[in-house]
Amino acid sequence: MKTKENILSLLSEIPDPEIPVITIVELGVIREITLIDDTSIELKITPTYSGCPAMQQIEDDVRKKLQEHGFSSIKINMVFSPPWTTDWLTEEAKDKLQKYGIAPPEHTTEDKSWLSGKPKSVTCPRCKSKNTKLISQFGSTACKALYQCQECLEPFDYFKCI
Amino acid sequence: MTTQEALFQYTLRIADTNLILAQRISEWTGHGPFLEEDLALTNIALDITGVAKSLLEYAASIENKGRSADELAYFRNDRQFYNAQITELPNGDYARTIVRQAIVDCFDYYFYTELAKSKDETLMGIAQKSIKEVTYHLRHTSSWVERFGDGTEESHNRAQQALNELWQYTGELFEMTEVDEILIKEGIAVDLNKVKEKWENHMSELLEKSTLAKPENVFMQTGSRKGIHTEHLAFILAEMQALPRMYPDAKW
Repeated sequence: MKTKENILSLLSEIPDPEIPVITIVELGVIREITLIDDTSIELKITPTYSGCPAMQQIEDDVRKKLQEHGFSSIKINMVFSPPWTTDWLTEEAKDKLQKYGIAPPEHTTEDKSWLSGKPKSVTCPRCKSKNTKLISQFGSTACKALYQCQECLEPFDYFKCI
Repeated sequence: MTTQEALFQYTLRIADTNLILAQRISEWTGHGPFLEEDLALTNIALDITGVAKSLLEYAASIENKGRSADELAYFRNDRQFYNAQITELPNGDYARTIVRQAIVDCFDYYFYTELAKSKDETLMGIAQKSIKEVTYHLRHTSSWVERFGDGTEESHNRAQQALNELWQYTGELFEMTEVDEILIKEGIAVDLNKVKEKWENHMSELLEKSTLAKPENVFMQTGSRKGIHTEHLAFILAEMQALPRMYPDAKW
């Protein structure tokens, strides 16, 4: 007999295709699991960014993982509401991002100062200095911006706060 | 016109505006004035292609005639597209690209804010999702409008010139037809008069900050709600649709 917890731990084995140090569960894209019986399942997933090319990969990975564990009827629905937010990243995931060299989002989306473009402090994931500067509001993937540390001079990715 | 037909038209209109603008600004990929801007426009194009995809999938499911999102994108002719004309216009120089983008981002910001209250759950969800991304885009493009406007004489003149040329295409964004009437009654569509007021206030403030003059008493172009376009749309479609039309069974 499979339980939702079993499924969740199975899905926790799937890494994010673009940031492989965190899992898709930690990323917060799995919204709902409905177990119908031992071979049928329905899932709701939500995109991080509307155009994120990793979503198809995530869907394929989920399907493959579930097939390997005996599911023959798998229905995956994309849902948009409530919209994904960086607030859903677990604390553990934020730690992992930092160790990987990506500065995790520093503010909750409750803080609207980023909307008005006020400068905010982002901590360098390497030397932990707060003396960093924005290089580019857009980065290597839809979810990241590019910063540079003024102390150790390393450029680094910052996980945009949305 | 049934509610279902109106909803199909309405969804297609929003999808097409996103799709064509994404296709247009993608032309800057590898040609941006410098690397960071190349990344910015490519990222914006990617976000709005994603919005277009979600909306075209929804449109396909409303229509329910077996056409997929891809078929809607690649096998319709110019007269069957409902994107606002401003999105199909050539990029021009970077000032023009940015001014156009700020105009549309600002419209999208207020439009999605209203659409996020729609009684249609899918449109509501897509709007809630998009507004976060558009806010980020608007912040970026506004900062460039300011820099161009309040920059050198050359950048100011180019931004003003772009504004003067593009303004005639802004009226269309707020046109409402039978489609809007039907859907507003159902609590699905947005009353564009409300969006217009907020958009105008925002743009006036931005232009003033940028030392640019807002064009007044401009003759407004029209047509896209009926599928009538400038000469530029057919060319952009020819390029965008070439591969699937040549190889209709191609998979990617």
